[in-house]
Amino acid sequence: MSMPFYVSPEQLMKDRADFARKGIARGRSLAAVQYADGVLLVTENPSQALHKISEIYDRIAFAAVGRYNEFENLRIAGVRLADMRGYSYDRRDVTGRGLANAYAQTLGTIFSSGGEKPYEVEIFVAEVGSLPEEDQVYRLTYEGRVADEHGYAVMGGDAETVSSYLAEHYVEGAGLADALAVAVAALGHSTDGGQTTDRVIPVGDLEVAVLDRTRTQPRKFARIRPARLEELLGDRGPEEHAAPETDAPPAPTADEPGSGEPPVAPPL
Amino acid sequence: MTDARIPAAFMQPGTSSFSDFLSENAPDLLPARKSLPAGSAADLAPHGTTIVAATFQGGLVMAGDRRATMGNVIAQRDIDKVFPADEFSVVGIAGTAGLAVEMVRLFQVELEHYEKIEGSILSLDGKANRLSALIRANLGMAMQGLAVVPMFAGFDLDRGHGRIFGYDVTGGRHEETHFFTVGSGSLFARGAMKKLYREDLTERDCVTLALQALYDAADDDSATGGPDLTRRIFPVIHVVTADGGRKLPEDEIAALADEVVAGRMQRPDGPNAPLLGTEDAR
Repeated sequence: MSMPFYVSPEQLMKDRADFARKGIARGRSLAAVQYADGVLLVTENPSQALHKISEIYDRIAFAAVGRYNEFENLRIAGVRLADMRGYSYDRRDVTGRGLANAYAQTLGTIFSSGGEKPYEVEIFVAEVGSLPEEDQVYRLTYEGRVADEHGYAVMGGDAETVSSYLAEHYVEGAGLADALAVAVAALGHSTDGGQTTDRVIPVGDLEVAVLDRTRTQPRKFARIRPARLEELLGDRGPEEHAAPETDAPPAPTADEPGSGEPPVAPPL
Repeated sequence: MTDARIPAAFMQPGTSSFSDFLSENAPDLLPARKSLPAGSAADLAPHGTTIVAATFQGGLVMAGDRRATMGNVIAQRDIDKVFPADEFSVVGIAGTAGLAVEMVRLFQVELEHYEKIEGSILSLDGKANRLSALIRANLGMAMQGLAVVPMFAGFDLDRGHGRIFGYDVTGGRHEETHFFTVGSGSLFARGAMKKLYREDLTERDCVTLALQALYDAADDDSATGGPDLTRRIFPVIHVVTADGGRKLPEDEIAALADEVVAGRMQRPDGPNAPLLGTEDAR
């Protein structure tokens, strides 16, 4: 029997956090932007089948970046939780806050339990109210932290760069077309060693959905299809696809033994 | 330490059906999962009655009267018995009102749940089948007098026309062409529809047809409510087309109902159908 090495709790948590963060940064960014009629969620996702943004309930949407199978499980759990609560009480009793709490507890427990691999996901739970002041965007991180976001929020990929672009260009209470244009431009914005480039993301590669309080149906979630996106975005110049997204981790390096392997629980 | 996370059953991939999920994890929430003592419970709860539906070019209409009865007593005079099941379908209920309304609620969540989890909507036949399963689960209660007999109708986006499904208490399902009626006044309503239905009805004609059929049902069946002219309570009517379903606004129905009643003032038995042939006589 081998003797386990002593690892300090600080080091253990740091290792797990690094592991999760690396996984999340591999994907592309996702932006949530509050606009006049609700909340706009935008990401670059060439797949038409595997969604990163989806509906949870009447006024609640879910958006995630990171490992698909993990956030898909969380999404399904969210739909079941919401539907069950709405069915046993009333549709109005399903709130984004309740759902964000459930997710936070789940992610937090998984992150701090020794036996499981931490989830490599970050989540937005967005909720639209009847007034702009009642709109909420909750950000949930891999370790179960919850933050209440205002105006705009970005997660995944190069979130900092996209965020800084939004910080400069975001206008409060903008219409849908303006908010969308800013969000899409922000996602196409990248810096590489001080060099900034602005890519025009093709319409077909965008996944866009809104929680729109002006919809007459009780279900406020709506996807915006490519034809409508084309209309909203107008002429933006030549389009450019992003480099293919690799779900595989980067090639192993000398100081990261075994990082080419499928993810397993980090060393305890 | 108690684990505060979402229970594992919620995270498990697998079923896209809300009622299946409930039956495994919270069976008490299902309306049909009650075991009753022996004996008939038929007289304990209000019953809803007549629902009619008919198709027209490009859609369908479903209408229900507003009466719920308990024995000889009118339990409620403004009950709503026709509900949207989802964007493109409607469900009307006859039978034990409390159970039926609960079953409709479960059916609505069932369809929405599937749509959210799978990212696509069920086919119309798939929806009709799910409703069969829900009715079948209620068979034990039906045998003790608490039967629920719904009618389901929707616009089939693949085929491009409206379709109507009838059910029996065992969950048996049969597709109807053109029109269908359920509930205690259904025989009289069906007779009226037989004589008045034509394939070239417009949406407005079809709504009038439903009102005429319900009038005839109320005329001869004490458990079906006619248009309540003093309280201005008129049937609930839903129209479903390729653009989705909508409940007709009350003033629109009231105007049409007033026309129907005005006609009945002239001829109480309603419009005449020709004795022979198919010539247009209305």
